[in-house]
Amino acid sequence: MPDLIQRQGALDRFAAAPRNIPAAALSVLPDSARLSFRGRPSAIDAAGAAFGVALPRDACRFAVKRGRTAFWLGPDEWLLQSEGEDPATLFADMSGKLAGQSCSLVDVSHRSQAFALSGPQAAYVLNHGCPLDLSLATFPVGMCTRTIYAKATIMLSRPASDIFHIDAWRSFAPYVWQLLDEARSELA
Amino acid sequence: MSGFRHSTAGRVDRNKPVRFSFDGKTYQGFAGDTLASALLANGVHLVGRSFKYHRPRGIVTAGSDEPNALVGIGADEAHYAPNMRATQVEIYDGLVAESQNRWPSLGFDVGAVNETFAPFLSAGFYYKTFMWPPKAWAKLYEPLIRRAAGLGRAPTQADADRYTQVYAHCDVLVVGSGPAGLAAALAAATTGGKVFVCDEQSEMGGSLLAETTATIDGLSARDWVARALADLAARPNVTLMPRTTAFGWYPHNFLGLCERITDHMAKADPKLPRERLWQIRAKEVVLATGALERPLVFPDNDRPGVMMAEAARIYANRFGVKPGDKAVIFTACDSAYRAALDLMAAGVAIATIADLRAAPCGPWIDRVRSAGIAIRAGTVVTGTTGRLRIDSVSLATVGIDGNPGSSENIACDLLLMSGGFTPSVHLFSQSRGKLVYDEALQAYLPGISVERERSAGACRGIYDLDKVLSNGAASGTGAAKAAGFAAADTITFSTTADSVGTDGFIGVTPFGGPSSKARAWIDFQNDVTAKDVRLAIREGFRSIEHVKRYTTTGMATDQGKTSNMNALGLVSETLKVPVPQVGLTTFRPPYTPTTFGIFAGQSRGDMFDPLRKTPIHDWAAEQGAAFEDISLWKRAHYFPKRGEDIHAAVARECKATRGAVGIFDASTLGKIEVVGKDAAEFMNRMYTNAWTKLEPGRLRYGVMLREDGFVMDDGVVGRMATDRFHITTTTGGAPRVLSMMEDYLQTEWPGLDVWLTSTTEEWAVIAVQGPLARKVLEPLVEGIDLSREAMPHMSVREGRICGVPTRLFRVSFTGELGFEVNVPAGYGRAVWEAIFAAGQPHGMTPYGTETMHVLRAEKGFIIVGQETDGTVTPDDAGLGWAIGKAKKDFVGKRSLARPAMTASDRKQLVGLLTVDSKTVLEEGAQIVADPAQPIPMTMIGHVTSSYWSATLDRSIALALVRGGRARVGTRLSVPMPSGPITVEVVEPIFYDAKGARLDA
Repeated sequence: MPDLIQRQGALDRFAAAPRNIPAAALSVLPDSARLSFRGRPSAIDAAGAAFGVALPRDACRFAVKRGRTAFWLGPDEWLLQSEGEDPATLFADMSGKLAGQSCSLVDVSHRSQAFALSGPQAAYVLNHGCPLDLSLATFPVGMCTRTIYAKATIMLSRPASDIFHIDAWRSFAPYVWQLLDEARSELA
Repeated sequence: MSGFRHSTAGRVDRNKPVRFSFDGKTYQGFAGDTLASALLANGVHLVGRSFKYHRPRGIVTAGSDEPNALVGIGADEAHYAPNMRATQVEIYDGLVAESQNRWPSLGFDVGAVNETFAPFLSAGFYYKTFMWPPKAWAKLYEPLIRRAAGLGRAPTQADADRYTQVYAHCDVLVVGSGPAGLAAALAAATTGGKVFVCDEQSEMGGSLLAETTATIDGLSARDWVARALADLAARPNVTLMPRTTAFGWYPHNFLGLCERITDHMAKADPKLPRERLWQIRAKEVVLATGALERPLVFPDNDRPGVMMAEAARIYANRFGVKPGDKAVIFTACDSAYRAALDLMAAGVAIATIADLRAAPCGPWIDRVRSAGIAIRAGTVVTGTTGRLRIDSVSLATVGIDGNPGSSENIACDLLLMSGGFTPSVHLFSQSRGKLVYDEALQAYLPGISVERERSAGACRGIYDLDKVLSNGAASGTGAAKAAGFAAADTITFSTTADSVGTDGFIGVTPFGGPSSKARAWIDFQNDVTAKDVRLAIREGFRSIEHVKRYTTTGMATDQGKTSNMNALGLVSETLKVPVPQVGLTTFRPPYTPTTFGIFAGQSRGDMFDPLRKTPIHDWAAEQGAAFEDISLWKRAHYFPKRGEDIHAAVARECKATRGAVGIFDASTLGKIEVVGKDAAEFMNRMYTNAWTKLEPGRLRYGVMLREDGFVMDDGVVGRMATDRFHITTTTGGAPRVLSMMEDYLQTEWPGLDVWLTSTTEEWAVIAVQGPLARKVLEPLVEGIDLSREAMPHMSVREGRICGVPTRLFRVSFTGELGFEVNVPAGYGRAVWEAIFAAGQPHGMTPYGTETMHVLRAEKGFIIVGQETDGTVTPDDAGLGWAIGKAKKDFVGKRSLARPAMTASDRKQLVGLLTVDSKTVLEEGAQIVADPAQPIPMTMIGHVTSSYWSATLDRSIALALVRGGRARVGTRLSVPMPSGPITVEVVEPIFYDAKGARLDA
């Protein structure tokens, strides 16, 4: 049996030594267990109870509790994220609690790579590829949405006024990271 | 005064001298100069050669409407930009500029020989003169014309500069920062809304920057501008954007702005982009784009030294430059009188003012008269002389018959002209707003706005300063209010400024009747004369759209900013129809020429598109794999060893896989997880196959059709549980399969309890294929019995491999015993390396997509998109067995029942073996029954896949042939340039037809 296998991130190559640009800092976020939950309205409360975070019913909002986050992605779709947890454990636990419910639970822990862009110029840098109005009035703290960055789809969330989290599918993550890194060059 | 520079006047910084070069000669200017103002300060008027006739040309305007002074800028090829307007280029120490369209030099240009041929180069000459012989067009005439005519040259090296693109949102975008724009910005800013103000010039203030007498709120225009800008700059809700051209209006108040960031810097900070594209969504837009002075059309009006009167005033007042020593002014409006006074103050002798109007009067005329300047009413210019610079003007009084009388010659080195002003309605027109012709102003003005837009000031025909300011302020307030911001109180201004009225002239001034041979330029940049336009009309063109295309008037890079109205006026006068009936050409983006750089932005090189790589990519790269692009993915094509070409590498990989074991990265396969109690029912409806009876733990090859019955995608599907399927799709098809499934689910079958989740990137997929595959994997797995009995072909098990979770498929796309190891992507490379290490004692060989293609073709497995092209039914592809005949319905079922879909002469998949086994057919080659038939032959099919099979030591091919299955055993031909190739039609399977190897 080979040595214990370590999980590799899609941005390991870039994350090792990112440029220090405090106005718009890039950093890789810790590994998480991520489950895609989709289901009928009747299953939503049960899913919230099983996850330990009530699933937000407001469009494009996320809720956080003790390291667990539920992102609203659509009227019947949430992304459930638990930092540092073993995906298999979370999946088994929730599957058991949701048995018999009209819903789908799929482990997507490795599908995407999350990273943060933070600093006073974070919104400006993000607007190099993301066409949304990122002012606090229209994209407040606590908001999340699927959107684009240049030619890639991302999930964008704002945990604090100067911090954005970007979740991109693995093979798109280097593209998004490198473009953001290039865009923030003028702030170096 | 030294030379042509005033000692104090203007806004240039005399403490900052700047040295630059033009055509290799070094000149000095000051910070704040444009290249045009600096050249004029050095007495240089000749700056270019015209497009067609290579006529010497000088600086005509002081702004972005400049038709003549196009120059190439850049000290080296990687920073070279052609066709820059010298009137907009800001000079800096070390600027290198050159003139264009001349050889060997600007002063002596061989191309000027075109002047001699001018009678043959009239409107539409290329449609006529060069018609015969037809073959000479492409080889001789066109290349010659292209070389002789032209603008600047393209740089020979890739652009070394950075360009960026940014999206932004605001409540009010004000385009233009002249008096109307500043008033609008001030009014909107006080409401608290987010206001952007952009202006194409380096300094904001517009016409006020050249104003010397008017006052606003008791301040000089210059001081008022400074105060207004300071006020705006201090507000956190206002962003001022000088050097920023709003070049395009796109739907829903989305505007494209080009900000020039480093072009004016001697040493640009390398961190900064050269230009930044602003993509702005504005709730409301105020257009305050001003008006452009119109030239007068008279004989030889294109000599260096002929300039717009207002431009000369700007050079004198704003740059402290004297554009000449002795000027004649030719005008049809009062503003040229204002210019005359300012130029006289700057030291220019005004020889005379020739006024087209019969009886000009008013305060400006009185003032000029009392200054001692001669005024000739009802007078026109009938010609000019001077080779590289104007040296005299002929003036004549227009008689009662409307024709000029005898001419008088006046020496001068400057001829200023003014035909009045044309409102700059380009952006309004781009926003799809309809223009309305104003007879009194002889101008098209903005009509009803289509977008959330307001035009303010001169761009809507309002010229008097007090009215411009109040109109600007009202527009700013109105825009802010419409964006949801209430105005505190109305802003008012008190001004002292004399009106210059609204007189003007459009068309061609009378200089000798329609038969005159004199050439009077309408469009300087495209070298179109009044004669050309008259010729077009004589030849039957009526609409301005047709006249424009035939003569090319207004079609140059300046989009006819100075020429459109005069062309319209001439057509209107000649045809004796009102201007609105002649029409108006449509304005299109960009307002001024815009670099390719900002449209490309960061999308260059490796960042042009997302470059998708699998978790195993880097391993393959380290092994020296050659890669190929499959949709956005990079896939390992083959793994050459030292000295191997693709053929040798693929032959070795094929043999190793068939003989021992191969390893292949299949991670790019699309994957979708289908979950819910109605999952099997959903699968039944989406795929042709039947799924109800597929047990958990088993795999099935599925075929998916479009509504029209043609094959859309295929892939192996695993049933993980009664309510859970793991679908695989083709690499390129994943997004469209998911989107079609979602579409059906949401719109056709919302009642099904089933949900779809893309898992393409969740799983790394490692294919282990070959007779020794089981031996390699067995020691690595936990909780899975890989034996033939426990895990037959087409089954799936969950367990662990190398300590991590896996969905292990027993499946084969090679015809050998095979497994596909799915592991969470983050473990992909480590598991791959562990399997590869375990495989070494068994001769495990990595193989790429080319070997995968050969191995599957030997088995006759199709590839969707290669054997299919969107017109292939399952039966055509030999997949009739995959259709669940007993099923009530599935997507495409009804289409399959159409007679044409079951016709016996449809193109069907067959195998082809060349009679000469060494000949490899070309993919895409056409197939005929009889190669001796005359051309055009009847084509009965085409080659879809063709390879050299190392295993079989011969070539093999798959093809779609009409009625192909009935032709098995016959011979057909593949005609090629080197002669027909004879092929034998066979069953589309070349190796292990019984399938014993994959059941091993």
